[in-house]
Amino acid sequence: MHATIQIILQQLNSVILGKEVQLKLALACLLARGHLLIEDIPGVGKTTLSHALATTLGLKYSRIQFTSDLLPADILGSAIYERQSGEFHFHAGPVFSQLVLADEINRATPKTQSALLEAMEEQQVSIEGETRPLPDPFFVIATQNPSFQVGTFPLPESQLDRFLMRIQLGYPDAVAERRLLSGNSGRELLSKLSAVTTTPQLLALQQQVSQVQCTDALIDYLQALLHFSREAPYFSNGLSPRSGLGLLQAAKAWAFIEGRDYLLPEDLQQLLPHVAGHRLVSQEVGEHYNSEALLKLFQEVPVS
Amino acid sequence: MSWWRKQKPKRYQEDQRTAPVNGVIWLLAALLLVILPHLLRQPGWVVATCLAILTWRLFKEFKGWALPRTVFRLLLAVTLLAGTYFQYRTLNGLDAGTTLLTLMLSLKLIELRTLRDAMIVILLGYFLVLSGFLYDQSILSGLYLLSVVLLLTTSLLVLNHSDEGQSQAKKEYFKRATAILLQALPLVLILFILVPRIPGPLWALPNNSSSGTTGLSDKMSIGDITRLADSDAVAFRVNFTGEIPAADKLYWRGPILWQTDGRNWSTLNRADPFNALTAPPFTHLSEAIEYSVTLLPHKQRWLFALDLVVEQPEQSFLRRDFQLLHKDKINELYRYTVRSVLDYKNSQLLPQERKKALQLPANSNPQTRALAQQWRQQASSDQQLVTLALNYFQYQPFYYSRTPPALRGEPIDQFLFSAKKGFCEHYAAAFVTLMRGAGVPARVVTGYQGGEYSELGDYLLVRQSDAHAWAEVWLQESGWVRVDPTRVIPPDRIEAYEDLQRFTDTRNDKLFNPDTRWLHSAWLQTQRGWDAVNHQWSQWVVGFDQQQQQRLLERLGLGNLNIFALVGIMVLLILALLATLSLYLLYQRQKQREPLQQAYQTLCQRLAKRGVDNAPWLGPKQRCQQAMRKLPKQRQEIKSLFNHYIQLRYTKNQTADAQRAFIQAVKRFRC
Repeated sequence: MHATIQIILQQLNSVILGKEVQLKLALACLLARGHLLIEDIPGVGKTTLSHALATTLGLKYSRIQFTSDLLPADILGSAIYERQSGEFHFHAGPVFSQLVLADEINRATPKTQSALLEAMEEQQVSIEGETRPLPDPFFVIATQNPSFQVGTFPLPESQLDRFLMRIQLGYPDAVAERRLLSGNSGRELLSKLSAVTTTPQLLALQQQVSQVQCTDALIDYLQALLHFSREAPYFSNGLSPRSGLGLLQAAKAWAFIEGRDYLLPEDLQQLLPHVAGHRLVSQEVGEHYNSEALLKLFQEVPVS
Repeated sequence: MSWWRKQKPKRYQEDQRTAPVNGVIWLLAALLLVILPHLLRQPGWVVATCLAILTWRLFKEFKGWALPRTVFRLLLAVTLLAGTYFQYRTLNGLDAGTTLLTLMLSLKLIELRTLRDAMIVILLGYFLVLSGFLYDQSILSGLYLLSVVLLLTTSLLVLNHSDEGQSQAKKEYFKRATAILLQALPLVLILFILVPRIPGPLWALPNNSSSGTTGLSDKMSIGDITRLADSDAVAFRVNFTGEIPAADKLYWRGPILWQTDGRNWSTLNRADPFNALTAPPFTHLSEAIEYSVTLLPHKQRWLFALDLVVEQPEQSFLRRDFQLLHKDKINELYRYTVRSVLDYKNSQLLPQERKKALQLPANSNPQTRALAQQWRQQASSDQQLVTLALNYFQYQPFYYSRTPPALRGEPIDQFLFSAKKGFCEHYAAAFVTLMRGAGVPARVVTGYQGGEYSELGDYLLVRQSDAHAWAEVWLQESGWVRVDPTRVIPPDRIEAYEDLQRFTDTRNDKLFNPDTRWLHSAWLQTQRGWDAVNHQWSQWVVGFDQQQQQRLLERLGLGNLNIFALVGIMVLLILALLATLSLYLLYQRQKQREPLQQAYQTLCQRLAKRGVDNAPWLGPKQRCQQAMRKLPKQRQEIKSLFNHYIQLRYTKNQTADAQRAFIQAVKRFRC
């Protein structure tokens, strides 16, 4: 395993206990230059995770708490008249950070949601006729409460598609929870964390991820998976080419984290539920599948 | 394979697609070849119409002309139908049928629009190819029609392929069509051998087709023919069970000419009661020999056999004069087996037989009769009389000639005393006239003499040019005896080289230029080789009738089977064939996967036997971990095998050597 990656993971694991896989997935998402959606009930450590990631990777971090009265300008920033100069002066909003935590994104109105999502897609913001680029790297980690909770505006399919991966944290297991309860709380540890990488280092890591080898045999398998998602009668829509590309990129990042410079079918299988889970809708029920059920369906596709 | 890989079924509408241009052009080429042999037999207006339509269609394809209106098409169809009717006065029958089929097939081209139309035309084309065999069943025609079938199949491929937008090279299509035809070959063989044969033809073949040329006739007219037809056509072929008898015993008996008016000789009248008498018993002086004759159709009832027949084939009649007759005319290739005794004593003579054998018109050929009477005085016995006559032919300047002068007046007199030139008929007729004039019963026998031996096929080939006429005399002490007066002509009085060969021994070879002899013999060899091929063809393909089938099946150990068993075996064989073919294709498909994948499959299957999950969706890493858990003792080996595989398949450092090493390692792996 890459030494830097090892240190990053160690540090993250010390803050968020018993979530090795989710941490790796979150890291893979960032290394694959994708945005991450964490969907879970409040209090399982979503915010802590994003904060720890930002600190560890040495990213400029800002957090936006989404509420139903949040306006687009609250995220993007606005031009304010300054008396001294007699001019309008742009005050950048919290989106001008390297890692933005959009907490409880589904509590804001669709208008506000789409302001952020547009920024995610374009990596730039247009305010009052002026286009302003967002910093590089630019990540959004959005958290979302399960949609059945009161006072939510669920993200539409097209906007869910902007997120490369969706993960769930879930409750910690007994051992981890005991350590959590008996030890220091996560928040306190957060302040003690130090950055492991600098921005150039992170960009270099991303570069290395895209160089992970991928043979024709693996592309065959990926295509078979995509084909299955489009042809099988389980889903109302298949995976788009963009999601296929995303899956490949995410799997590469996963392989890189695993310490390999080549892709295996297992990488695709590992990432598939997280990349496809929020994109595929059951034809019968009209809802998303959970990870296990989805993976089970895709087991019809033989590894070629 | 899961369901989702299956192709969606093609809808019917897809047949309504327009036939692609390149496919239609192929089709036109194939059709031209299909109807070409038929056109050679068709009246001019049919040829013109067909060619015109084909040409029009070709231009239509290139220039994009529109198809004619329905009214016009209907009118044309009715006109051609009427034309056919007026040509043959019927729409039935072979000739009218093929004309109609040829015309209508061409006509289909003016309304061919969709792919479905093109398919119909191709199917009709296959049918028309088959009808070609009604006219000609030779090897060459078979080869031609086979190539036409190949072309038709190719156009079928082109028509069906062009929609995929991946038109291939012509060579590829040809290759593919050839492969398809070759794949059909085993099926063809099974059907050919096992489909129950019906005795006799399925339908009566018209008599006007391929008029059989024969060197024989039931009458001969001395002096009228001044040129002997020299046809190389095959009369029949003979397979001997034992050795082939000496050439001077090879007299193939045909019609016996009893009656004469001094010039014309003929067989007995049809109503003559003598015809109804069967062959008498005779004394055998040697063992009987067995042989089978493959007779080419000659439109007569005659079967040819060596003197004298002791065991006749089925459905045949052996007359008192030992002529063998089939119950029907031989209109198609006929094969029969006969037994003959070559040395015999046939010493019965009925009074009416004697009368017929002495019949001579009162006033004809007076000189000949005078000479005969004179010899009668000199000779002490009939035997001596025969010798006198043969000596006369030998020592007088008689010549053997294929182009004798015409004989006017009394033909035998003229031949014997002035012309002295002639061929076998002249000699036989003159000899018999002499004998009858002297009161010795005699008759003219026609048939074939000799034949060429073919080493290639171990059979005797008898051609029409081997037709011959000889004489038989009845002698008190030895019965009916064959006398061939032509044979006593010395070699230097034989005009043609071929005849010399035929009637003399090899000692005369000196006479010929040795430089050209090898050329001649090479030519003969080639001819014989080709004939041997033809013989096999006619014996095993064209003449493969019920008997031949039975013989072959017995040889295969399937004798004594009824039709139902035969059909059952056929169906089973076809099923077995198809099963083998599918298995082979399946195997091929597996083999087509790279050898690496094959080895990996082997590895997985081997591990599966030890309880390792072999689900197709499992990746190599998961398999490896499972296998290591299941077989802890072989952890290292398994791990290195899987790592090796992963290296080969999922990283870019793949080398042929490493792949071979992996395959070897899998072969060695035991668990």
